[in-house]
Parts: sequence; C-alpha cells; structure tokens
Amino acid sequence: MKKILALLLAVLMIVGLVACGEKPNDDKQEEKMKVGFIFLHDENSTYDKNFIDAAVEACKNMGVEMVQKTQIPEDSKCYDAAVELVEVEGCDIVFGDSFGHEPYLIQAAEEYPDVEFCHATGTQAHTSELKNIHNAFASIYQGRYLAGVVAGLKLKEMMDADDKIVPKMGYVGAFTFAEVMSGYTSFYLGAKSIVPEVTMDVKFTGSWYDETKEKEAAQALIQGGCVLISQHADSMGAPTACENAKVPNVSYNGSTAAACPETFLVSSRINWVPYFEYMITCVKEGKEIDKDWVGTLDNGAVKLTELGKNVAAGTAEKLAAVEAGLKDGSINVFDTANFTVKGEKLTSYMADVDYDADFTKDTEAIENGIFYESKHRSGPYFDIEIDGITLLDRNYG
Amino acid sequence: MADKTAQKVHREPWLHIAKRSEIPGWQAWLIRLAAILIAFVLVGIISSLLTGEGIGEVYGIMIRGVFGRLFEGQFSAKMMWRFLQSTAILLCLSLAVTPAFKMKFWNCGAEGQALIGGLVAMICMMNLSGLPYWLLLVVIVVTSTLAGAVWGLIPALFKAQYGTNETLFTLMMNYVATQITAYYVYLVGKGSGTINPVDTGNLPVLFGAPYLLNILIVAILTVALFIYLKNSKQGYEITVVGESQNTARYIGINVKKVIIRTMMISGALCGVAGMLLVAGTNHSVNTNTVGGQGFTAIMVSWLGQFNAFIMAGMAALIVFLKSGAAKVADTFFLNSSYADIVSGIVILFLVGCEFFIRYTVKIRRNKKEETV
Repeated sequence: MKKILALLLAVLMIVGLVACGEKPNDDKQEEKMKVGFIFLHDENSTYDKNFIDAAVEACKNMGVEMVQKTQIPEDSKCYDAAVELVEVEGCDIVFGDSFGHEPYLIQAAEEYPDVEFCHATGTQAHTSELKNIHNAFASIYQGRYLAGVVAGLKLKEMMDADDKIVPKMGYVGAFTFAEVMSGYTSFYLGAKSIVPEVTMDVKFTGSWYDETKEKEAAQALIQGGCVLISQHADSMGAPTACENAKVPNVSYNGSTAAACPETFLVSSRINWVPYFEYMITCVKEGKEIDKDWVGTLDNGAVKLTELGKNVAAGTAEKLAAVEAGLKDGSINVFDTANFTVKGEKLTSYMADVDYDADFTKDTEAIENGIFYESKHRSGPYFDIEIDGITLLDRNYG
Repeated sequence: MADKTAQKVHREPWLHIAKRSEIPGWQAWLIRLAAILIAFVLVGIISSLLTGEGIGEVYGIMIRGVFGRLFEGQFSAKMMWRFLQSTAILLCLSLAVTPAFKMKFWNCGAEGQALIGGLVAMICMMNLSGLPYWLLLVVIVVTSTLAGAVWGLIPALFKAQYGTNETLFTLMMNYVATQITAYYVYLVGKGSGTINPVDTGNLPVLFGAPYLLNILIVAILTVALFIYLKNSKQGYEITVVGESQNTARYIGINVKKVIIRTMMISGALCGVAGMLLVAGTNHSVNTNTVGGQGFTAIMVSWLGQFNAFIMAGMAALIVFLKSGAAKVADTFFLNSSYADIVSGIVILFLVGCEFFIRYTVKIRRNKKEETV
C-alpha cells in the first residue's frame, strides 16, 4: 500500500512539475490597445449581458483587445479589479457597469492618471477634479416615450373595439428612484400623447432581477384592472404574466417576442456599442472623453426593437413621425405643457444633480417650460410624481 | 484488525472498508497532498477541455489572476497585497468560527456576526466623525467587536437555556443582520442603494500599503487563537465540551458558561472581521459586504482541522482557486459556474481524502489467506 502511494505521489509530482514548467510565454509584444471592463455579474444577468455583448462587438469593430472582470461587487474588489486591469493587463481604458462601482473607480483613477476610467450610470464625474473619470448614460426616456406611443396606439385600438375598456396601464418597477421614475413617466407620457385620459398604476419589486416578484406584481396589476403592462426590471416575470393573461406588454432590454408572441408590442433598450466605440476612438486619437456622455436616438444608443405582430395598425408610421420630432427637438418628452403635478403646471424644479452625501436638490432642471433630463449630467434625475400615475407601493432598496 | 469469525460465515467481499488504526501525522499529510495534486491535475484536464488550452497555460492564467505577471518578471506589489488581504479576511472568519466548531456548536452565523460588526463600524464612522481620531478608532473597534459578540451571544443563550437548535438560530440571525443593513443603506443612501465610502474613521495605512494593517491584525489573531485553543484552560474546556458534554459536567466544567463564553468569542472575532472589511477595506457597507465568506470560512475551519496555521494555508488555497478560476473564466468567456466547479473539485478531494485517512480499502486477494 505504501509503495503504491509513494509511486502515485512521485508520478503526480512529476506531472505537477511539468504542468508548472509549461508557463505560458506570451511575449508577443504587439502593441494592441487593451480595454478593461468590470461587470457586476456575468452573462446570466440581462443587465450585464447587454454590456458584455456590446463590449465584444465594439472591441471587435475597433480592433482592440477586450479584457473583462465579471462578478465584481460594489466594494474595494472593484478597485482591486481596476488595479489588475491596469497593472497586470496593461489596459488603457477601464470601464465599470454598475452604479456602486463609481467611488472605487475614482479611487483607482486617482492612482493611475494616464488611464481613462469610464463608468455607466454614475453621477460624480462632472463634479470630480480628476480628468480621467467619465460618466455615460443614454436618454432612454426617449426610447421609453416611443414605446409609450406604441402602447397608446394599442390602447386606442382596444378602446375603439370595446367601449367599456378603461385605459389604465400597469408598470412593474425595480426601485423608487430617478432612473426608474424617469423611465415610467416618459413611457406614460408617450401613451398619453395618444390617449389623453390614460392613467397608470406602478408597483415596485425592490430588486433588479426577481422573476417571481415581477410576475406577481404584473398579475396584481392585471387583476387591478390594468389592460396593458410595461416594466423596468430585468427578468421575464412580467412578460410571462402578460402572455398568460393575454394582456399586451411593452418590454425592456430586448425583444421578448420569442417567448411572448401574442402580447409583445415593442421593447426599448440602451445600445452601448456607440459609447464604447466613442471612448476607444477618443483614446486612440488622444482626444478628451466627455465628462458626461449621453446616448441618444441620433447616435444609435437608444434603440427600439422590431414591433410585435399584434401592434395597432399604423404604428410604424406614427413611430417614425414621433422619432423625427424627438430628433429635431419639436417634441420634448418632459414638456411641462403635457403633465401636471397636483393639478398644477410645473414651472420650476430643483433636481439633485451634483453628488453630495445629503442628496441636496441643487440644480434648476426646467428651462422654457421643458424639464431637460440628462442635460446637466448623463444619469437621470427626473424624480417627480406626476398626475395620472399612482404609486401602489414604494421600494427604495 | 478485521473480525475473522464474522467473515468466515459469508464469502468475503471483493472489496471492503475497514477503520484504520491511527496513522502517523506525516502519512496523513502525504494523503492530503496527494489529494490536492490529483484534484489540481483533474482541474487542469477539465479546464483544458473547456478552453482548448494546455494545462500549463491554464495554470499560468490562474497564477496571473492571483499574483500578476510574476513569472514573467513583473512583480506587482498591489496584487500580492490583494491576495494576502483576501486570505486574511477569510482566515479571520475561519478563526472566528473555530472555537465554536471545536465545541461542536454549529455556528453558521459568521456571515451575520461579521456584517453586524461592519455595520456598527460604519455607523460610528458616519456619525462620530467629531471625535479625535484615536478615540474614534477605539470606539469603532470596541463597538464592532461587541456587536459581533452580541450576535453570537443571542443564539448561545437560547441554546444554553432552552436547548434551541443553534444551526437554525444562527442562520436566522444572518437574515436579521442583512435586513438591518439593507435598512441602514436605504436610510443613508436613499434610493441609490449604495453608501459612498467615507474618509473618517478609516484604519491607518501602514507604510503606504492599505491592506497591511488588516493582514497584521489577522496574523496576530492567528497566533493568539492557536495558543488559546492549545494551551489555555479555556481552550481545554472547549475541547472537553466538544467531545462529551457529560464528561465535561462530570469533571466539573460549567457547560452553559463555556458555550456562552465561546460563542461570544466566536462572534467577537467575526465582528473584528466585519470591522476590518468596513473600516479597514471598503469604508462603506452594503448587504454584500461579507459576500458569503462567512460560509466558506466554515469549510476552511474544518479543512484546517481547527489548527489556526493549517487554516491559514487552506484559506490561501481557496483564495488562490477562487480568484485564479475567475481569471480563467473571464479570459475564456466562461461564466462564473466555472470557478464554482474548480473550487468544488478541489474541496471534494480535500474532504474526501479524510475518508482514506480514517479508513482503508481492502481488496480480497484470491485464494491466499489475508495477511494481518
């Protein structure tokens, strides 16, 4: 027995030594630019998948090497990941995809002034003294407004077919904060531009991804009399509930037509490829990256998917017209002429734009009767509760 | 060794398992080493099949993910610190659960005990910034340690008084700690769900290395716990209570007192780990601050056979595997399941080899009499 064991050990040690001896020797000194990406989860989360897919595509298009770090939580592990991407991998740009990554990216940005740090959904770049930290977001409210128009047309069609239908929509949100509030309000205003008497109920799940909760919230809204549902959360919960109940659904982050062919209307999503290509181009050409970059319909960052098969007739034509209006500025999503707060038209609103620990409302967001979202920084700051939308609950996370 | 008379009745099976008599320590360690080596070879083969790279390449990438380009002549101090820091935190939690486990008190609440310690540290950092720096540090250390101790004390009291199941109780205390932390993050961070790091009450940075103090503290705790368990009277009491509560009572040990005291120590050490994570590392807190390490620590403690120094090695091994495997997964666009598979294989072998240390597999030899 001992002999066998000794022999086994000897063999294993040799194998082990050989394995260690075969160190990779990639001394390929081709100076290909490297871009490092820090992702909160991995491809199993639709949120991160949207970023990962875009990163792969953009790096391929730009001929640069992509290095990723997945499953990076929002603490000093994010700083550690950034250090690894810079020191070990030699990245020229480091990008983080989650809100809470920001302070740790800033910490790394301080230490590596020659590397550009870019961050999605963050809020602190425009007030930071560092030159190499940048925020990016997209005016997804434009996409949601368009999706709202599709919803409005569908509602109108349903009301024309059956005059007993009350135009009430339902919305499943993740958390009660600006990103979500800005999203559902723009969706509502899009629908309202077609059906002026429309109302909407909103329920929050308190999670970005919780299939059961999202499904239950959608079912509760349907039982509460909502005839059309949309959502701002990442799972298939709400679309599935809608398909089961045969209630039209406006999706988010990508088409759900395959799983929900009867009820899928349209979906809006942020396409990150333009931003990634932009930041890579800037570094290649030695230009400064914007402190706050906003993706729009124009630069291809705000996207609508193809229309579902059961949208109202004439939807495509109407969409094209509204999109043109949004692009040339003749239509503004948050035009104060189109909504009221406690029965009154809004003339002034101080939004919390600049970062501080107390969330001070510091910037006037309304100019010439229009609330300009994503103007003073890329991350959304529209957090007003307007008339016509009822929050059935609240969840701050 | 085996009972011959019982075997005579039936035909002896081709293979049977018998308990070993004690084997020398070095032999046991040879078996463990062999298990680790086999596991590493297996991991290499599986990785090689998954990635299409050679075993050597895969391990090269693993090493790069942990230590940087060390073998290419590029030393990255920050990568070394990061490795030591991760090991230290995991080790601190492992040290913390060890006295309880040695007493056969199944403390599955390290996660919550550490989180509550971290949370209390954060509350002090945010609200007591007016205090002189040294006093603030003292307050942070004392309160977070106490918070952890209290979180350990509550299930211990119920166990000692009412005989409640400590596994369930400590697990439930984890959820309570998580929910309290979630509420605090909501209070301070409003809707954003995060608290921006604060710069008051951070542990001092020694010699420009941010993680050095954490590592030193855990190193001291490692030695202290080793001595406490091995050479102190209390350590001996823990062993006796763990072996047999009746024996302990017979020789006049106050079992209730030992349970309560030991769980307070266990919780307090978890509180220290939480304090290191918040005041010494992240300078912020969220529900994911401990990140499941409180459960990994249970495994490290068992694998290290409650010996503080072996636990240090096991913690380093697990950290190496986790971050190395994550690097391989990222490089080849495998998802996080890969890292779970890799650490799963190694841990399975490590746990499995204990079987071969305690038992021996005997194969029947044809026709010949079995030797003794």
